Amino acid sequence: MSTKHKVGWAVVSVLVLIYALFPVASILMTSFKAPADLSSGKFLPTQWVGENYSALFVGSARDLFLPSLRNSIGICLIATFIAVVLATLCAYAIARLDFPGKKLILTVALAVSMFPVVSIVTPLFNLWRQIGLYDTWPGLIIPYLSLTLPISIWTLTAFFQQIPWDLERAAQVDGATTWQAFTKVIVPLALPGVFTTAIIAFFIAWNDFVYGIGLTSTEAARPVPAALAFFTGASQFEDPAGAISAAAIIVTIPVVILVLLFQRQIVSGLTQGAVKG
Amino acid sequence: MASITLNHLVKKYGDGFPAVNDVSIDIADGEFLILVGPSGCGKSTLLRMIVGLEDITSGDLLINGERVNEKEPRERNLSMVFQNYALYPHLTVYENIAFPLRLSKGKFSDEEIDRKVRHASSTLDLDEHLERKPANLSGGQRQRVAMGRAIVRDADAFLFDEPLSNLDAKLRGQMRTEIAQLQRRMGITSVYVTHDQTEAMTLGDRVAVLKKGILQQIASPRELYEQPANLFVAGFIGSPSMNFLPAHVRGDVFETPLGDFPVPQQAAGKLPGDDRIVLLGLRPEHFEDAKFVDEAKVSRGTTFDAEFTHTEWMGNEQYGYINYQQDGNVKAKLDELAQDLDGDEMHPQIVVSLDATSRIRGGTQGRIWIDTRRMHVFDPETGQNLTRDAEAGAELTREATEERKAEIDRARQQLAAAG
Repeated sequence: MSTKHKVGWAVVSVLVLIYALFPVASILMTSFKAPADLSSGKFLPTQWVGENYSALFVGSARDLFLPSLRNSIGICLIATFIAVVLATLCAYAIARLDFPGKKLILTVALAVSMFPVVSIVTPLFNLWRQIGLYDTWPGLIIPYLSLTLPISIWTLTAFFQQIPWDLERAAQVDGATTWQAFTKVIVPLALPGVFTTAIIAFFIAWNDFVYGIGLTSTEAARPVPAALAFFTGASQFEDPAGAISAAAIIVTIPVVILVLLFQRQIVSGLTQGAVKG
Repeated sequence: MASITLNHLVKKYGDGFPAVNDVSIDIADGEFLILVGPSGCGKSTLLRMIVGLEDITSGDLLINGERVNEKEPRERNLSMVFQNYALYPHLTVYENIAFPLRLSKGKFSDEEIDRKVRHASSTLDLDEHLERKPANLSGGQRQRVAMGRAIVRDADAFLFDEPLSNLDAKLRGQMRTEIAQLQRRMGITSVYVTHDQTEAMTLGDRVAVLKKGILQQIASPRELYEQPANLFVAGFIGSPSMNFLPAHVRGDVFETPLGDFPVPQQAAGKLPGDDRIVLLGLRPEHFEDAKFVDEAKVSRGTTFDAEFTHTEWMGNEQYGYINYQQDGNVKAKLDELAQDLDGDEMHPQIVVSLDATSRIRGGTQGRIWIDTRRMHVFDPETGQNLTRDAEAGAELTREATEERKAEIDRARQQLAAAG
């Protein structure tokens, strides 16, 4: 790349970064503003205060925020785990086996993911109340699976199709059972795909608001995005924006940690060297 | 050590097309068998049926006399080298080779595995690469790792699926020699699929030629070359390939576009009636510049004049090209043959081998001698070789079998003496 190209790319990258990160920076600044400072119209707080954060962990918003954080982490991790395990098996079958209805599964998966969430939440609300799933963890995990499974199946199928079939055949000739060939050869090679899928699935569940607010009523299962809507200021005349911003910053942290952790696993080109080609 | 018997094997796919059609072969213990044919002839399918990666539609597959049709690949104790090597990219070279041993849980201790892997790696010159990943190896090294994985366990037989087709020409020649020596040293039954006839001729104790799923002929390389069963085998084996010259039978003379040739002794009594058309099979080396032929030999053949379109000087020999007028009656048959052989159409052209010092050049007339005793005569309709001497052919294969046995015995004695 010539110097000219490099400079061009750097300028573009900086512009994109500013565009993407400015709202985050704005939220960060807001989270350090005192309630009176919120409408100052300035980017930086006139006085840096930590009261929004202390409200979340020791103050008035504590009983709302901490249980919902626990709910969000627990529900999203479980939903992600189930989705990835099921999708791995399903995608493997789709990529490797020839069975009737293969196309149908992929199409249905796509159709399910296109269905608007808002139209399902009301019937689900009624159903969940009747069968006792309303305001419980499983009551959210199940609808989250409907969001995360389709995309997981699609991405993982693409990953499995990249793995040369001969590797599995070689393993079988070398003395492996089908299961051993799957666990010792295919899964290690598909790991980057599995981690990528897991992160995507986790984000989808983590960011959900409609199911979170529609299918919960107490801190028994209410996730963070829904809980933020219930934040109030110290009085009805006070804007809770400071506390909401602080909470938004807090809930971003697990996501950042997750990406940093899995980044190492997402090594592209792991199958390089398997076969000539 | 094992013998493998294919008994009327058939493989039909969903659409009913038989990719392998009624193939029967007996592979003796320690034998190196080559499956050869143009692309799509079913040779790889046949190999995968032996190893267990393809189901057998009908027929029996026996290893050491035991029927294994329904057995899983892992229960057949065969090892295979894949065309694309199929190395495990997440494992080091060491672990790639150790993989089959680690799968047989409890059978080998860590020390035994280490000893076997190091033995295989030193056999294949891989010692300094053991800790590297396949991605960092060259094509030849990957090929050797794939071989290492095959030889590390005591498999009953080796199966090779075009193992050298991804290497460049020089490396291919080198690996070919290594495979040949390795197989002889270990004396292990091997089945080798290739479309390269040099590999087929140099490696095989016997070569099975397949066309469209049907076994054409199975014999030693020499028998295939000297006594081909039909047009297809004759055209497939040999490079440059055999010339097929249309000829009308006129009493004891073949009337050809190049002139009249006397019917040789070996063809007498085997020809169809007068005026019928036949194809003469003439290998390039059956020809010679008449100036370079010994007086004593001249009388055994016949000479004719021809105009050369061009010549190719190869250093040790020289090829001359002669065009002739194609006979409309056999053109369709010859074009079909060319297509079977992966070509497009048969040019009405004769390739002759000339002495390297011959002064015949393109555009000049040359006097050519032809050794008619070695010519074959084919029926253009059935493709059958009318002059095939089955007894002489069988004798060639018998000799090859004895040579192989002696060679393996010597190798085993050396092995015993060495350790």
